Amino acid sequence: MIEVRNITKRFGDFAALHGVDLHIRPGEFIALLGPSGSGKTTLLRIIAGLEFQDGGQVLFSGEDVSNRKVGDRGVGFVFQQYALFRHMTVAQNVAFGLTVKKRRERPKRAEIKARAEELLGLVQLNGLGSRYPGQLSGGQRQRVALARALAIGPKVLLLDEPFGALDAKVRKDLRRWLRELHEQMGLTTIFVTHDQEEALELADRVVVMDHGVIEQVGTPEQVYMEPASAFVSQFVGETNLFPSPEGSLHVRPHDVEIVANGGEAVVVGNVFRKGSAWRIEGKVTGTDRVVEIDLDAKATAPAVGDTIQISPGRSKLFAGG
Amino acid sequence: MTTTIALKRGWRRPAVLPGFPAAFGLTIGWLTLIVLIPVSTIFLKSAGMGWHEFLAVGFSPRALAAYRLSFGTAAAAGLVNAFFGLIVAWVLVRYPFPGKQVVSALVDLPFALPTAVAGIALTALYAPNGWIGQFLAPLGIKVAFTPIGIVIALVFIGLPFVVRSVEPVLADLGNDVEEAAATLGANRPQIMARVILPAIGPALLTGFAMAFARGVGEYGSVIFIAGNMPGRTEIAPLLIVTQLEQYEVAAATAIATIMMLASFAILLLINLIQAWTRVRGAE
Repeated sequence: MIEVRNITKRFGDFAALHGVDLHIRPGEFIALLGPSGSGKTTLLRIIAGLEFQDGGQVLFSGEDVSNRKVGDRGVGFVFQQYALFRHMTVAQNVAFGLTVKKRRERPKRAEIKARAEELLGLVQLNGLGSRYPGQLSGGQRQRVALARALAIGPKVLLLDEPFGALDAKVRKDLRRWLRELHEQMGLTTIFVTHDQEEALELADRVVVMDHGVIEQVGTPEQVYMEPASAFVSQFVGETNLFPSPEGSLHVRPHDVEIVANGGEAVVVGNVFRKGSAWRIEGKVTGTDRVVEIDLDAKATAPAVGDTIQISPGRSKLFAGG
Repeated sequence: MTTTIALKRGWRRPAVLPGFPAAFGLTIGWLTLIVLIPVSTIFLKSAGMGWHEFLAVGFSPRALAAYRLSFGTAAAAGLVNAFFGLIVAWVLVRYPFPGKQVVSALVDLPFALPTAVAGIALTALYAPNGWIGQFLAPLGIKVAFTPIGIVIALVFIGLPFVVRSVEPVLADLGNDVEEAAATLGANRPQIMARVILPAIGPALLTGFAMAFARGVGEYGSVIFIAGNMPGRTEIAPLLIVTQLEQYEVAAATAIATIMMLASFAILLLINLIQAWTRVRGAE
C-alpha cells in the first residue's frame, strides 16, 4: 500500500533521515516509535506531503506520489495540538474538507451536513456539532480532528503524536477506541509516538527509529522480545546491562534471576510494588551500576539493605552497546 | 473576554483573583481623570453657546468639508494600512531573514518620530519637485497639497498599529491550522479566506480602528503636506486650531464636540463588532 524508498531529508546541517526504506501493507496499523529527533515525525510528514524529501520516493499503491501536493494525496492527517479551526463550529470543522472541494465535485449542502453528522456519530460526539472547539475537552477535540480527517474519505490515516497532549486516563480510553475504529474501518493507519507502551499496545507492527534511520521493524512481540539492536533493547521496555567480554548483555527486569550463591552481589536500595510484581532496585556492590529486578508478587521480597545474589537470565548480547 | 464572562454570570461572583470592586473602581477613576474630565470640559465650553449657534458653526460648509476630509482620509489610510500592515506582520512572523530585528524596529519608527518631521519629510518627497513627486508630476498626479498627500501621511503614522496588533495573533495561529486545511484539500486562496482571515479578523479590526482613530486626530504631519486650503484640504483638527487662533473658542469646541461624538460612535461600533466575533471564536 505505502512504500517508502530510500528517503533522505536534511534541514540545513541536520540530517533528519538517511535513506529510509519501509513497506506498509494495506490495512496495517503502524507505529513510528523513537525519541525526539529520531526523524519519525519528518517521515510521517513526508508520507503526507507536508514536507518534501531531498531524495528517494514515496509510493501509494505502486504509484509515485513524491511530487504530489498534500491535498491531492488523499491522506487524513491528525495533528498533536488538534489544529482545529477555532472560529468554526464542530460541524463546520468536520465538513471543511467537503466544502472546499471544486464546485462540480462538491456534495450538496444537505449531503455535507448529513455526512458531518454521521462522522460525529462515529467519533461519539453526537449533538455537539453546534459547539465551538473551545468549548470541548482535549479528548473531544482530538476526536473532532479525527472526524474532520476522515470526512474526505482518505485512503491513509496519519496521526502525529495524537495522544501527546492528553492526560493519562483520556489517553488510554482514546487509544482503545482508536484501535476499535481501525478494526471497524480497516484504513491503513500510521501514527507517530515516543511512548513505547502506546506503540506496543496499538500497532500491528512497530517501526523503531533513531537518528534518522530505522533500527527495527517488527511486531510488538518481536521488538520487545527480539530487539535487533542495543538501542531498541533499551528504548523499548526496560533493560539491565551486564558487562561481558564481547560487549554487554541486555536483560529485562523480569528475566534477572536471584540465585542462592555464585552471582553478583547487589545491595537492595528500594523495593516497591509495581502492578503485579515487586520491583527491586539495587546497586552492584563496589560499583555505581543500578540493577532493576522484577520479582513475582507471590514471592517474598527482600528487605531494603539486604544483599542478594543475581545472575542474568534470558539475555541478548550486543557488541559495544 | 474574562470580563464579558464575568458580567454574563452576574455582577459579582466569587473568583480566584480577588479585588474586582477595587480594580473596577480604579479603572473607572482613572478613566474619569484621564479621559472623561478633559473631554467633558469640551462639552461644557460648547454648551455656553446656544443650540442654534452650535449647529451653525458646527455644521458650516467649511466644517462639513473638514469632517469629510478627516474621516475619509483616515478611513482610506486605515484600509491601506490594514492590507499592507497584514503583509508586513505576515513576513515578520512567518519568515526568518537576516536583519529581521532591524525591520521590526523600523515598523515602530513612526511612533517615535515627531510627527512634524514626518510631515516635512513626506512633503519634500512628494512635492512636484521632490524625489518622488518629480516623477508623478509629468503623469498629472499631484500628491502633496491634495487629499492623496494626507492619506500618505496618515498611512505612515498608522502603520505600526496594524502590524503590532496582528503580529501576536498570527504567531499564535501557528502553521498547523494552515497545514490541516491543506491536508483537507483547500488551496491557498481558500486557506487565506476561510482559515487565516477569520482567525485574525478581530485583531485586524483592532489595528484598523486604532490606525483610523489616530488618523482622525492626527495634526502634526498632515498640516505640512495638506496645503490647508479651506473647504478642500483643510482637516478638522486644523480648523479647530485656526478657530482658536482667531479667539473663536466656542466655535472650536463645537467642532471638537462633533468630531468627538462621531469618533466615539465609530469606535464603539467597531468594538461591538469585535465583541461579537470574539464570542463566536471564544477559546
